[in-house]
Amino acid sequence: MGIIKTDKLVFEYIRRDEEGNVEGITRAVDEVDLDVAQGDFVAVLGHNGSGKSTLAKHINAILYPSEGTVWVDGMDTAEEKNLWEIRQNAGMVFQNPDNQIIGQVVEEDVGFGPENMGVPTAEIWERVEESLKAVGMYEYRRHSPNKLSGGQKQRVSIAGVIAMHPKCIILDEPTAMLDPNGRKEVIRAVRALNAAENITVVLITHYMEEIIHADKVFVMDQGKVAMEGTPKEIFSRVEELKELRLDVPQITLLAYELQKNGLQIPAGILTTEEFVEALTCL
Amino acid sequence: MLRDITLGQYYQADSVIHKLDPRVKLIATITFIISLFVVKNAFGYIIAALFLLSAIKLSKVPFRFMVKGMKTIIFLLLITVIFNLFLTPGEALVSVWKLTITKEGLKSAVFMAIRLTFLIIGSSVMTLTTTPNNLTDGMERLMGPLKIFKVPVHEVAMMMSIALRFIPVLLEETDKIMKAQIARGADFESGNLIKKAKSLVPLLVPLFISAFRRANDLAMAMEARCYRGGDHRTKMKPLIYKKRDAFAYFVLLCYLAICIGANLLVIPGVIL
Repeated sequence: MGIIKTDKLVFEYIRRDEEGNVEGITRAVDEVDLDVAQGDFVAVLGHNGSGKSTLAKHINAILYPSEGTVWVDGMDTAEEKNLWEIRQNAGMVFQNPDNQIIGQVVEEDVGFGPENMGVPTAEIWERVEESLKAVGMYEYRRHSPNKLSGGQKQRVSIAGVIAMHPKCIILDEPTAMLDPNGRKEVIRAVRALNAAENITVVLITHYMEEIIHADKVFVMDQGKVAMEGTPKEIFSRVEELKELRLDVPQITLLAYELQKNGLQIPAGILTTEEFVEALTCL
Repeated sequence: MLRDITLGQYYQADSVIHKLDPRVKLIATITFIISLFVVKNAFGYIIAALFLLSAIKLSKVPFRFMVKGMKTIIFLLLITVIFNLFLTPGEALVSVWKLTITKEGLKSAVFMAIRLTFLIIGSSVMTLTTTPNNLTDGMERLMGPLKIFKVPVHEVAMMMSIALRFIPVLLEETDKIMKAQIARGADFESGNLIKKAKSLVPLLVPLFISAFRRANDLAMAMEARCYRGGDHRTKMKPLIYKKRDAFAYFVLLCYLAICIGANLLVIPGVIL
């Protein structure tokens, strides 16, 4: 069993009209089976309302399954006694950088998690230093978070999570509110963590460019896992992706169109370098 | 720009007063305020003035910052002085029409003015030399014993520091909403007071909605980072008393003793 495993996970919420009468039940997550190995970089793709954020909140025990089970590091999230250990092991980074920074100074915010866990003072300082260095924000440690850019704020949020020494981090659309530069910054920091510290990463996103380095990709649609595989496998199924209202990266699309028109190019090209190589091989 | 707003009125400087534990400064300020109302004669006020002046000198904060705080209470000060001056019964000094200035009135007006001025400047010394964050920490620790009476001390302190953190965020948001509403033809400038107050509605409603949304997000983010109230919590920057804090307490004690001593003192020839 991997670090994160879900078995037939279902989450339902009850829709109500303005008077509070039950209108119906929506299945936000519908029988999802997930198995993530320690050290993996997993991406979850899907357009708005596909259930990907709801799925993420189950891994951190913010939401509990209506049916099925979620295990994090072998612990069942539905059991109350596991709650704090699960939250420490599965750190979570949210979408809006402004609404998850608690401290008035960068270093204090990063120390917030360890403070809550009851880590001794001297060790908090060590953890804060190493986490800020890991995301490249150490020189900003005495700044006010209000004066940082979006990308920098998200990196501080990530540092705040890794200061808790989690085994995996779940990033729920961490780049949705950032500009292209901020997006690159954050993704670079996340990839570095995954490579250097062997932290399992679950990246939830709707930007295709961010998933090309993932070990495994899950594509969600209407609460179900619609596709799963390596980025190469996923991107070679351009037609299916289009049906799910997802855009493939431009270079992949170009390669796909050329291939369709008779050029001998392999399917699932992800980067410009790969494309150039494929062209020169012709 | 709204972004650059500094909260409270902290003045960055490297001084002994800045380095003191916030608890010392809080207690000293309270003691100083009490002492102002305890002393009865001019000698006591001279001691209080000396104490205050040396604190200002040690804090390395320019004097004009201290006086800034006075602007807000100048009106209150004037009213107090006038009421005391004319409405205290006693031995008449000057009499114009129905108004009489009495000797006692003059005395209490002068004392009242001194008290209020010292009170404001004294608390300015504290707020100018302590970051809001430190102040919250100090209050949390000082009020710690109230936990026995089920006062949620930690929660209140946490609320205060979150409020401080979000004031600039919400100010920026206000600015944004204001611009968006102005672009749609809203008018925040013209009209009388009632019209102006009414025009704030399209500003406040979206602001409140967004504040609640933020609060919801923040609560989730805090829980995700294992926040579960004040128990089992350690501090990244715990407050620890140092030698200079003990010395400051000693000085404070001496000051208090001299103040009480001054009350007993009757200097012959001095009328006050």
